[in-house]
Amino acid sequence: MLTRFFLMGLDKKAGVLLTVLAVLAVAVPVMALGTAPDSPWHLSTHTVALLGKYLCFALLALSLDLVWGFVGILSLGHAAFFTLGGYAMGMYLMRQIGSRGMYGNADLPDFMVFLNWTELPWYWHGFDQFWFAAIMVMLVPGLLAFAFGWFAFRSRVTGVYLSIITQALTFALMLAFFRNDMGFGGNNGLTDFKEILGFDIQAASTRVGLFVATVAALAVGYILASAVVASKLGKVLIAVRDAESRVRFLGYETDRYKLFAWTLSACMAGVAGALYVPQVGIINPSEFSPASSIEAVIWVAVGGRGTLAGPVLGAVLVNFGKSYFTAALPELWLFALGGLFVLVTLFLPKGILGLAAQLRDRLPARATVSAKPADQKGV
Amino acid sequence: MSTEDTLLYLDGVSVSFDGFRALNRLSLVIEPGEMRAIIGPNGAGKTTMMDVITGKTRPDTGTILFEGRTDLTSLREPAIANLGIGRKFQRPTVFEMHTVWDNLELSLKAPRRPLKTLTYSATREDRARIEEILDITRLSPRRDRPAGSLSHGEKQWLEIGMLLAQDPKLLLVDEPVAGMTDAETEQTAHLLKDIAGKHSVIVVEHDMVFVRELGVKVTVLHEGSVLAEGSLDTVSANKQVIDVYLGR
Amino acid sequence: MHRAFCWLLAAFLALAAPASFAADLAPLVRGLGAGSYAETEKAIAGLAETGDPAVVPVIEALQAGDLHVRKADGAVVVAKRAGNGYALTDPLTGAALGEADRNAVEKIRINNALRRTISATLGALTLMSPDANTRRQAAEAVFKSRDANALDALNTALAKETDARVRRAMTQARASVLLAGDAPDADKIAAVEVLQERGDQDARALLNGAANTGSDAVKDAAKKAIASVEQRLALWGAAQNLWYGLSLGSVLLLAAIGLAVTFGVMGVINMAHGEMVMIGAYATFLVQEAFRQWAPGLFDFSILVALPVAFLVSGAVGVAIERSVIRWLYGRPLETLLATWGLSLALQQAVRSIFGPTNREVGAPSWMSGAFELGGLTITYGRLWIVVFAFLVFGALLVALRKTWFGLSIRAVTQNRSMANAMGIRTARVDALTFGLGSGIAGLAGVALSQIDNVSPNLGQGYIIDSFMVVVFGGVGNLWGTLVGALALGGVNKFLEPYAGAVLGKILVLIFIILFIQRRPRGLFALKGRAVEA
Repeated sequence: MLTRFFLMGLDKKAGVLLTVLAVLAVAVPVMALGTAPDSPWHLSTHTVALLGKYLCFALLALSLDLVWGFVGILSLGHAAFFTLGGYAMGMYLMRQIGSRGMYGNADLPDFMVFLNWTELPWYWHGFDQFWFAAIMVMLVPGLLAFAFGWFAFRSRVTGVYLSIITQALTFALMLAFFRNDMGFGGNNGLTDFKEILGFDIQAASTRVGLFVATVAALAVGYILASAVVASKLGKVLIAVRDAESRVRFLGYETDRYKLFAWTLSACMAGVAGALYVPQVGIINPSEFSPASSIEAVIWVAVGGRGTLAGPVLGAVLVNFGKSYFTAALPELWLFALGGLFVLVTLFLPKGILGLAAQLRDRLPARATVSAKPADQKGV
Repeated sequence: MSTEDTLLYLDGVSVSFDGFRALNRLSLVIEPGEMRAIIGPNGAGKTTMMDVITGKTRPDTGTILFEGRTDLTSLREPAIANLGIGRKFQRPTVFEMHTVWDNLELSLKAPRRPLKTLTYSATREDRARIEEILDITRLSPRRDRPAGSLSHGEKQWLEIGMLLAQDPKLLLVDEPVAGMTDAETEQTAHLLKDIAGKHSVIVVEHDMVFVRELGVKVTVLHEGSVLAEGSLDTVSANKQVIDVYLGR
Repeated sequence: MHRAFCWLLAAFLALAAPASFAADLAPLVRGLGAGSYAETEKAIAGLAETGDPAVVPVIEALQAGDLHVRKADGAVVVAKRAGNGYALTDPLTGAALGEADRNAVEKIRINNALRRTISATLGALTLMSPDANTRRQAAEAVFKSRDANALDALNTALAKETDARVRRAMTQARASVLLAGDAPDADKIAAVEVLQERGDQDARALLNGAANTGSDAVKDAAKKAIASVEQRLALWGAAQNLWYGLSLGSVLLLAAIGLAVTFGVMGVINMAHGEMVMIGAYATFLVQEAFRQWAPGLFDFSILVALPVAFLVSGAVGVAIERSVIRWLYGRPLETLLATWGLSLALQQAVRSIFGPTNREVGAPSWMSGAFELGGLTITYGRLWIVVFAFLVFGALLVALRKTWFGLSIRAVTQNRSMANAMGIRTARVDALTFGLGSGIAGLAGVALSQIDNVSPNLGQGYIIDSFMVVVFGGVGNLWGTLVGALALGGVNKFLEPYAGAVLGKILVLIFIILFIQRRPRGLFALKGRAVEA
């Protein structure tokens, strides 16, 4: 029953993507650990971490596409869920430092000692256990999304209004986490991690392990999203996207459907953030900035929203471009990114995959259908 | 006749938008199995009446009872739909990205909770029912086409098919033949008359030929309240009706 | 006792004929360097007795630790460091006395007891100063020090004082001294009344002291006075908050009002709105540079010239954006949002590449600098002008939309595009100009913000979210809603700040708006009815 549920969403595109992920899961460990450092096939830990980072972003893009591409909710605050998941993982990693910090306090992270705090705040308790942190990684973003969505969808905040208040949400969180009193390290965030599950976080093998975990998380996220989208629930979601009030008159509580997709998406974003933090080695409040949320939106748009493989492709491509530009031509990166936003919205409304599909079947009848973008229903 | 025997009971329903009274102490009774045609000039409150019944708009005052006991004024749209009130919009609204089949499957009477739909798969009876509706609405050849690719008339029929799949006790049908050819209009009239046997139907329509075709009791709305009620011939002879509507 | 006697004498003599003693100052000054603290104190008293203003710099030098004794002849001199040694001057005349080796002079040392005597002496001497301002400052100094020794001098000065403001300052100083000392209850109660009238933080602190230590009658009077003072302080505090709120509100209004046009009237989400503001600020910078270079004398008018320039530059950029990007995206608000966000990134980088990433200096014209006091309020001219300017822009826009042909066209296109088109309104042109108008107003906001914020490529970023909040909160499509929204959010923000701090206050406001939008998804002044859903 469950297997059938998970398998029913898989199509040809999914096959290609999952194969690529499987190859990565095997090739990267071999190339990073099994080759000599001077071999042309060798991957440095830096490269492994970079690839891992791209895949975390891909998972974030996937989660964003689930709500934007399939329910029509343009979230400008998905980085909030990503970052909260990251902080939950960061808190675990901070507790793992133990007495190896600068002040050598076994219980309190350095920044708390610095602020003259004498005991751990209540919300830091439990984070010394990995299982607890792992639950919080999904629970905290999930609960926030649930509460936010419950109010927003019930009172029928839609379209740009919803986008603007999601932006306000992540902005408020950013301001809050910048405060030292919040107990999350203020400006500097959480960093200087030592080990995860007892493994040295800098070691090549740990990095490879984290990479493989990210590949697995992305694959599971993808299969889950495909299954959801292919189910009748997924059809209701698409119907909500295209004509929400009609769905209500069919007797569906559309608020609950949106809430389901929204919360699921937030949990996925949280997992992406949790995997991101140990690989980049830091989490700070600037991740909450509205700009990073909007950047995630462009990954989805570039790849093609409403297709699950698109956002994965878009996230990897755009971030590869970002790594290249910021190193080679830093002045030009913002021009390139800005131009990408304009070009994609003007000329590629369905992204790379949508363009490919359009080129493939240029049947006149199909063309009239696809000429109608999903959110034409307006504000 | 007591309220309990009625299917839909509206009493003294008023709605105003920024000072404009869309409905003015409207009272209307529909009995089980009845088909009723509602006519009236633009702005008479026909669409607002449907909005009020289906929960899209909340009335300022007045009572709306379904099956003589359920107060509709405090319910939201999905709850009202699940009580057994289906609605077809003036402009055909189908899910354009979904296939005709999926449109019907979504409308089909089945559990509406998210977790139920997540694990739903169509049973043999469900499939048979969808096939049946495809036949009735003559959309069988189009079953796998996206609804967005249908012609205007086909969309109207698909929407009626969706209403059938919902299997409501009361159907609210807003201008079902707008933009249809004469032949299509006639077919639609037959279709609605077939449905009327098992369900109650309220049809809002401008097309007098079509209303005559239906041959049912007619209610004339004017400025948000009932101006006249009776057979089409009776209301057509009513001087007030001629003045405000038919005469011009 | 002894000292008090001296003071009485000093004051008395000071009244009699101060100038006649001038010639005898020199030996008295010499006495300062006699050796022991007691002798120095005696010398100070002697100097004070003269009541001669010429003594003041000498005692000030003593207070500052500049007064030295020249070992060679025992003369008292002012010694200031110069190179390896000291430059010597005469303390009374200020005449240069050449240089001396470090070992050739010895500092006249003072202890805390002496310090008190010195400041009291200075206070008494300056109370007699011919300059009214100096007298008032001296009175304020006594008010703060509550030095009982100054009482007699104060009384004498008060009897002679004619300037009403100085008199008030002296009366308050006297009250402060009386209340702190051990005067009879009647005097103290009178003092309480004087302080109650003064009614500021200092007065409250003094009254608090009296309410804890004095006799019951004094305590009661003080408590009543405290209540009255606190009420007054709360009132002025509220007024000050109101002013800050109005000031912040007008800044928000300026930033949001252009957005109200593009978002409210046209339904276009312009995420590059903040960059239009930023461009306006840079236009101001360029205009000021031009003035600095070619007409520095007319610098005060540079802001006035910058206004039309900024309006036109930002407006032109706006028109270009509308024609090249936005017109293809009408009816797709989410796409517009993304495309304009992209434009905002590119515009920021463009400005950063041209002008550099650092802040640019934009000066304030003289008529915008400085501040004035209004009761318990301090109001800076810069802020005042921004408030005035914000309301002027708002009024002008309102008139433009209501009374001009262009405004009529905008409203026609907003309400029914195809009908407007059929009636011969060139809708494409109206769209472009409307967007240009909104952007131009953002440019005007940039001129104002250049006065209070850093002119950097990130200037606009700081305002975009706030502006959206204002427009959404006020209700889209309603200029009055934007006005009320801006002032309300500005006010709430500033009222929260004292309790919650600036950042937390802002967070609370954001949460409030998020919750508010849930209650009223279409803002404070929402349009109702079927038209909205269409």
